[in-house]
Amino acid sequence: MIHFAVQNSWLIPLMPAIAFAIIVFFLRRTPQASAFFSISCISVSFLLSLGVVAGVLMDPAAVESSVTWFSMPGLTVEMGTLIDPISGMMVFVVSLIALLVQIYSVGYMENDPGYSIYFAYQSLFAMSMLGLVIANNFVQMFVFWELVGLCSYLLIGFWFYKISAREAAKKAFVTNRVGDYGFLLGILFLQIIFGTLNFTDLAQIIPTYANVGLLTVIALLVFTGPIGKSGQFPLHVWLPDAMEGPTPVSALIHAATMVVAGVYLIARAFFLFAAVPTALQVIAYVGGFTALFAATIAITQNDIKRILAYSTLSQLGYMVMALGVGGLTASMFHLMTHAFFKALLFLGAGSVIHALQGKQDIWEMGGLARKMPITTKTFIIGSLALAGIFPLAGFWSKDEILLAAQSNGFTGLYLIGSLVAFLTAFYMFRLVFVAFYGQAKPNNDPHESPAVMTTPLIILGLLSVVGGLVGMPWLSTNFGSYVYFGEAHHGYSLMIMVTSTVIALMGIYLAYLMYYKKTISASAIANRFKAIYTLLYNKYYIDEIYQWGINHIVDGAGRVAYWIDLHVVDGVVNGLAKGTRQSGTILRYLQTGQTQHYGMVLVAAVVVIILLLGLLDPSLGISAWGGGN
Amino acid sequence: MTITLNHYLLLAGMLFCIGLYGALAKQNAISILMGIELMLNACVINLVAFNRFMAPNHLVGHAFGLFVIALAAAEVAVGLALVLTVYRDLLSVNIQDFDWLKW
Amino acid sequence: MSVSAIVFWIIAAVILGSAISVVTAHNLVHAAFFMVLTFFGVSGLYVLLEADFLAVVQILIYVGAVAVLIVFGVMLTQRKEMAQTNAFSRHKWVAAFLVILLQILFGYAVTHTPWLVVDEAAPDTTVGLLGEMMLTELVIPFEAVGILLLVAVVGAIILTKGARRIL
Repeated sequence: MIHFAVQNSWLIPLMPAIAFAIIVFFLRRTPQASAFFSISCISVSFLLSLGVVAGVLMDPAAVESSVTWFSMPGLTVEMGTLIDPISGMMVFVVSLIALLVQIYSVGYMENDPGYSIYFAYQSLFAMSMLGLVIANNFVQMFVFWELVGLCSYLLIGFWFYKISAREAAKKAFVTNRVGDYGFLLGILFLQIIFGTLNFTDLAQIIPTYANVGLLTVIALLVFTGPIGKSGQFPLHVWLPDAMEGPTPVSALIHAATMVVAGVYLIARAFFLFAAVPTALQVIAYVGGFTALFAATIAITQNDIKRILAYSTLSQLGYMVMALGVGGLTASMFHLMTHAFFKALLFLGAGSVIHALQGKQDIWEMGGLARKMPITTKTFIIGSLALAGIFPLAGFWSKDEILLAAQSNGFTGLYLIGSLVAFLTAFYMFRLVFVAFYGQAKPNNDPHESPAVMTTPLIILGLLSVVGGLVGMPWLSTNFGSYVYFGEAHHGYSLMIMVTSTVIALMGIYLAYLMYYKKTISASAIANRFKAIYTLLYNKYYIDEIYQWGINHIVDGAGRVAYWIDLHVVDGVVNGLAKGTRQSGTILRYLQTGQTQHYGMVLVAAVVVIILLLGLLDPSLGISAWGGGN
Repeated sequence: MTITLNHYLLLAGMLFCIGLYGALAKQNAISILMGIELMLNACVINLVAFNRFMAPNHLVGHAFGLFVIALAAAEVAVGLALVLTVYRDLLSVNIQDFDWLKW
Repeated sequence: MSVSAIVFWIIAAVILGSAISVVTAHNLVHAAFFMVLTFFGVSGLYVLLEADFLAVVQILIYVGAVAVLIVFGVMLTQRKEMAQTNAFSRHKWVAAFLVILLQILFGYAVTHTPWLVVDEAAPDTTVGLLGEMMLTELVIPFEAVGILLLVAVVGAIILTKGARRIL
């Protein structure tokens, strides 16, 4: 069974693909059957991925198998699978989250007119992400990468009758294209220079070219893909807007698919980045900046899903930063634990929104703790895990990241990371205290969600508690013994553990004072620092800046191009047509209609031909005309 | 001085050129037809002269001369019919008035 | 100078003189008569070339048919004063230049070509040989010319009477 799963890992993305095809072609009119079929297929994938995980744990050596897709001189593209601890972990996380989200969707999407097609999209999404994760070369990865982008477009715009959903879907797609463009350029460079796109082959070739200038360019181009997909500054703008989709979709996008694709790409191609320290530094600082930037926005937002969205941005910045400082283990570990508790938080938020008939403003909630006990408990577990409180999942992974930053000499990033930890704890518990323990609103009638929705919450809650234990540094064989780059190393710093916990507790306590006890007035602070508050509330005006750029620069360039098209391109074509017509107008006067003119031209032509042939060319002398000598 | 092939050929050439000049330089459509008849006659002279001086016992030149004469008869019949048809419309036989096919 | 040479020169003078008159005559009817004279001259040349049948055919067809047709054409089209009916067109000088150039080239070509002349006697009469040839070796061109004549006759009738009134 385990051997079968490792050898036939291509079946994992195939199962949801089959589900997608079957639902689209046969089950469109039977919603319950589509949901059942989709969940069955992803369950099979999950079981297979469990087998893969077991296989990887028994033998961490990479297993690669591939078939040639097409081949021509100088370019061979293959489709294949590469199973090693990193992809094994990812397959497990993706299929688990996809499975739980689909089960949860059965309750959440109930009575939606697009029920069947929703599950078809979910299956396609899971297929794309699983295919991306097990890819053994850049081309296959790029194909699935684009499929992931397409699925996000379809699902964000799932309620396409809402204008905001349409706009958000377009924004997500277009923003991702910007990053994908650089990624594709990087892939082409790799193919041209190294002649192969296979990860294993490249991993052997590239280290010999370390610190070559062009390699830095390639690494940065490849990094633009994760900037777009993982929502790093400055291409983060699509992710908060992506909240327009159904909430389980947000959970899927934020926890397991889509955004972690970028982080996974950096980890998968870490041999490339490790060879160019300059690129790694850029990655580290982009990640650190994004973490801080998004966390500061999150503390002023009022929409429950937007708070979580900026939290995701911030955590993704953490993961990217961890990769940049060389902590592949820490980054992947945080990716896994984050998948657990972020999926939990989103599904919990979905449960709240479901109970309140679509209300998303946290100030319109309140008093939910009594009415929705399971949701509240699991949500608090998720928040504690995200804040990094001992011994929940986030604690272990966040400490590893901070440790990696500090031990590799990035003290500035270590301080930023600690500050972000404080902000994270603060905004999460601001959300918890306002939404769950605030004053109950009279016109709300919340009720606990059905079991089909709470069960995934409970499972994810358990995982958020115990999921971090696999990375406990005191274990002789832990997460880092399998997932590493270069050499596995175990280390821990009690000082960091203690300080980060204290920092997080301080954040929680501040939120407690401000929003539960109300001994510190939040609005007073907001008024005191009105400029900063407005800046944060409006997300640093990034969207407005982009809008200005589009209005003035892109549209201006468009107007220039329009002018060129109208006057230069069309001018050439119209000029040709006009020239033809005018020369025709002149030349037609040669057609006099006078037969004798034509006859004279004919005779003149005969004379000229005779002269040319007979007199000017001595080899065709007139003596040759006689018919022989 | 004996008369050689060259004499006949030069005579036929001159006759051809006179006919060509008539066809190119006259106004009246009927005199153009007459010019064309002169050109055809020059051709037949050539055919017969070549036959006489190069292969006197194989009368291919004569036979083609006959064909050319038959063609000339057909040509003049059709040509005159055309001139008469145009004349009915234009009341003119001036070739310079026949310019319906100009621009 | 032999008799035949004298006869050739006389005939040549007649042909060229009457041909030039065909082109230069002011009266179209005169031009037609000069053309008849040219045909007679050409017929004489055929006799000199020992093509007796062709000489007879030349007189029969050209003088008897073509010339008569052309005179009919003149009669049916010219209704006014016959003088100045054979005027030159605007471009007579250009045409003259081209034609003289062509004649020079002809002369050059003819005199500079070594013709393969054989010295054999011609057969006494050509009619029998021609008739045999027409029905054996050249039967297909012969039939084709027959069809051509038929088509020309039909075409001439349709052109003059108008297709609608006939069909």
